[in-house]
Amino acid sequence: MALTREQIAKRVAQELKDGYYVNLGIGIPTLVANYVPDGIEVMLQSENGLLGMGPYPTEDQVDADMINAGKETVTAIKGASIFSSAESFAMIRGGHVDLTVLGAFEVDQQGNIASYMIPGKLVKGMGGAMDLVAGAQNIVVTMTHADKHGNSKLLESCTLPLTGVDCIRKVVTDLAVMEIRNGAFYLIERAPGVSVDEIKEKTAGNLIIEGDIPEMEF
Amino acid sequence: MAGFNKVVSSYEEAMQGLEDGMTVIAGGFGLCGIPEGLIAQIKKMQTRELTFVSNNCGVDDFGLGLLLQDKQIKKMISSYVGENAEFERQFLSGELEVELTPQGTLAEKMRAGGAGIPAFYTATGYGTPVAEGKESREFNGRHYILEESITGDFAIIRAWKADKTGNLVYRDTAMNFNPMAATAGKITVVEVEEIVEVGELKPTEIHTPGIYVDRVIQGSFEKRIERLTLAKS
Repeated sequence: MALTREQIAKRVAQELKDGYYVNLGIGIPTLVANYVPDGIEVMLQSENGLLGMGPYPTEDQVDADMINAGKETVTAIKGASIFSSAESFAMIRGGHVDLTVLGAFEVDQQGNIASYMIPGKLVKGMGGAMDLVAGAQNIVVTMTHADKHGNSKLLESCTLPLTGVDCIRKVVTDLAVMEIRNGAFYLIERAPGVSVDEIKEKTAGNLIIEGDIPEMEF
Repeated sequence: MAGFNKVVSSYEEAMQGLEDGMTVIAGGFGLCGIPEGLIAQIKKMQTRELTFVSNNCGVDDFGLGLLLQDKQIKKMISSYVGENAEFERQFLSGELEVELTPQGTLAEKMRAGGAGIPAFYTATGYGTPVAEGKESREFNGRHYILEESITGDFAIIRAWKADKTGNLVYRDTAMNFNPMAATAGKITVVEVEEIVEVGELKPTEIHTPGIYVDRVIQGSFEKRIERLTLAKS
């Protein structure tokens, strides 16, 4: 069975390590915060200028001056810091954020990502995504393996305008976990009950399968 | 104005000198930390052909979106736009020019502009549509593109507290682009929640020193929330 959004987030959460500073994008990446493994402490960075983002506020706590990069009202944890956009992107560009999780329209086997623009549709902008993919050492992309018409999003070469080049090393989809290296997707894990053949069929790029591929564990 | 007293008493005075065709740098992220009253004053003045440098362009009936209603904006330099239907309409019909700029690059363009640095290299956008027509160079095996800094005829920003000499403190994430915008305007106008006496702000607590600030006005703010999200009870 293909994973739900929550299950994808849960699998991505296994990539978190104690002491990590983490930037979570909008959509499935945001859900990762709900599944931080026990005994691990991470600090969430929001690129509008907040390090140490906390949960959504209660009605009493709502403050128009406390928002995240998705423009949602949030809180700050104890030990948080707040700073300017320039400072925020110095952290990001300077490689100080340990893990970035973001969504995409397409990823290719060279590690290129397209995530902000579909020609012919209204372009809303890249926001901070280009800075994040250019700066992070460690980026995980979450997306569905194929679009709603069944077309693979894991390609030999991205067809849409790029957000960044040669920067993605790991992808978690509703079907599989893959690493990108040597110009290919390496299948690492498969979703419970999903066959290697199905993943193969839905991966347009070069997919390398070495030995038995274990199922994801939650 | 006497000595270093930057306080003005009317919005007319605050935005005096703004003319058609000027470039205005605006602080704010979404609807958070925007100079609401200064935007309203620009609407009232009906200044036209303006270029705005701002991370976003408000919503249909709030923030910079208000200036779209009478087509006062010619060009937006932003990282993320289109939260408003009128923006979309004007953009698609070609009435409004948009220069999409990565958020970190936009912040750095303002910072560099205010700091007297004409351009800088960044890896952000290399190999993407953002790099088109820009110089690129390799440093230590990595590719970077040359981005030019931005300054404006005016900068309009919001702060929490100002003293009369224009020293500023921001409140929570309403800081966002405001500190960089403050440095990048030939005339920087600040709308604040509270004006305090000189000496009330601790020198080490000041986020923006008064040297960057030309005019301070006491505002009153609606502080509209764009996406109210609450903890599940």
